[in-house]
Amino acid sequence: MHRLAIIDYGIGNLYSVIKAVEHVAGPADRVRVTSNPEEIATSDKVVFPGQGAALDCMRALHALDLFDAVREAARQKPFLGICMGMQVLMQDSEENEGTGCLALYDGRVKYFGNHISAGAGEGRYKIPHMGWNSIRQEQDHPLWAGIPQSSYFYFVHSYFVQCAQPDLVAGTTDYGIPFASVIARDNVFAMQCHPEKSADPGLRLLSNFMHWDG
Amino acid sequence: MALAKRIIPCLDVDAGRVVKGVRFVDIRDAGDPVEVAKRYDREGADEITFLDITASSDNRDTMVHVVEQVAAQVFIPLTVGGGIRKVGDIRTMLNAGADKVAINTAAVFEPEFVRRASDKTGSQCIVVAIDAKRVRSGDEVPRWEIFTHGGRKPTGLDAVEWARRMETLGAGEILLTSMDRDGVKTGFDLELTRAVSEAVNIPVIASGGVGTLEHLVEGVTQGKADAVLAASIFHFAEYTIREAKQYMARRGVTVRIPPGEPGAQ
Repeated sequence: MHRLAIIDYGIGNLYSVIKAVEHVAGPADRVRVTSNPEEIATSDKVVFPGQGAALDCMRALHALDLFDAVREAARQKPFLGICMGMQVLMQDSEENEGTGCLALYDGRVKYFGNHISAGAGEGRYKIPHMGWNSIRQEQDHPLWAGIPQSSYFYFVHSYFVQCAQPDLVAGTTDYGIPFASVIARDNVFAMQCHPEKSADPGLRLLSNFMHWDG
Repeated sequence: MALAKRIIPCLDVDAGRVVKGVRFVDIRDAGDPVEVAKRYDREGADEITFLDITASSDNRDTMVHVVEQVAAQVFIPLTVGGGIRKVGDIRTMLNAGADKVAINTAAVFEPEFVRRASDKTGSQCIVVAIDAKRVRSGDEVPRWEIFTHGGRKPTGLDAVEWARRMETLGAGEILLTSMDRDGVKTGFDLELTRAVSEAVNIPVIASGGVGTLEHLVEGVTQGKADAVLAASIFHFAEYTIREAKQYMARRGVTVRIPPGEPGAQ
């Protein structure tokens, strides 16, 4: 039996994350959607989703008094960051003219448009990076179990993580440049893509997370 | 490896049932939305688009229910269009499990709606659907005009300029349908697709006219589309999505085929 908390800080709809987690959860597992720091503290594992802008995300975490709860969870228990829930683990983001983040890891969040040729012509890349792209698994990890190397996952984002700690990078993806699409350290696994929208590989990853002790 | 070109089956839904309008007149019933969506997911569809063609607003809740049921069982991106007129409509669909909504007529009547919608929910949720008809041909420089009401009402708006404006207002994607080609299976209007795709920096989904798998390839290679949408060739099992992807892969288009399956790149 696992008590899993999906952190709801009010900036995006969680229906798909909830349904996908419920889809892979066992009958005895308890899935809670919560913005309560105590519930997060008493859960066995945590999913930290997120969408929208970095500044809105950080403001919401402060407003709901979740800043410390999220940092504590990321230090202690199996923790899955998704999309913005990966980006805000870094030091800061270029989004919204510079946004300080949770600073759990050494690295920054950069705008694609400053690093690749944006636009519509030959050799140019549209922004956001939206659609299915493959993830190169850069290290063995329990959450990769049963997922073939270079499987496709679904992405929607305009900013990417530039990680200053190469050993943190558990997956990379190419979009004009290679970027860290997955980071992992100890009990934390965080990905830029949306496993809840990534068909079989995504469901397998969520299922692996349910069974992971961190 | 690179970002894959997407194949999107489109389901027209009327009062909770999947139908497909051929030139928006001849309608055939092709089944239950949940079952059809599951089948497409298994075949490797990259997204599914639902267009609610229900005429009566009494049945709006039916569509919300359809989206909820599909999103609880099918874990790929879902887009919902038809009858989206208020930010509240968008929120309802997103809360029901849709990832994006397609706005068509409401954008034509009130372009600022697109700005409000993207401000509130993020550009990534907002697809602007453009129904365009060629109004000049032959030796003249081609021009396409936006039509509403299933292609019956001209608006005087130029499709390419309109697409640019929609991007400026916050559209995250363009769903571009050629009304000349819709339902006739002679291939996309490639000139239109290319003109719009090169005019904007957001993804363009080509729609209208797919009759063969080569048409899908052309939409990407000649039309420069980021995704291709089709309905009848998939609904009536002329081709499966898996066959379409394997064909596109053989023709050099990057598509999502899981590693280990035939045609994986």
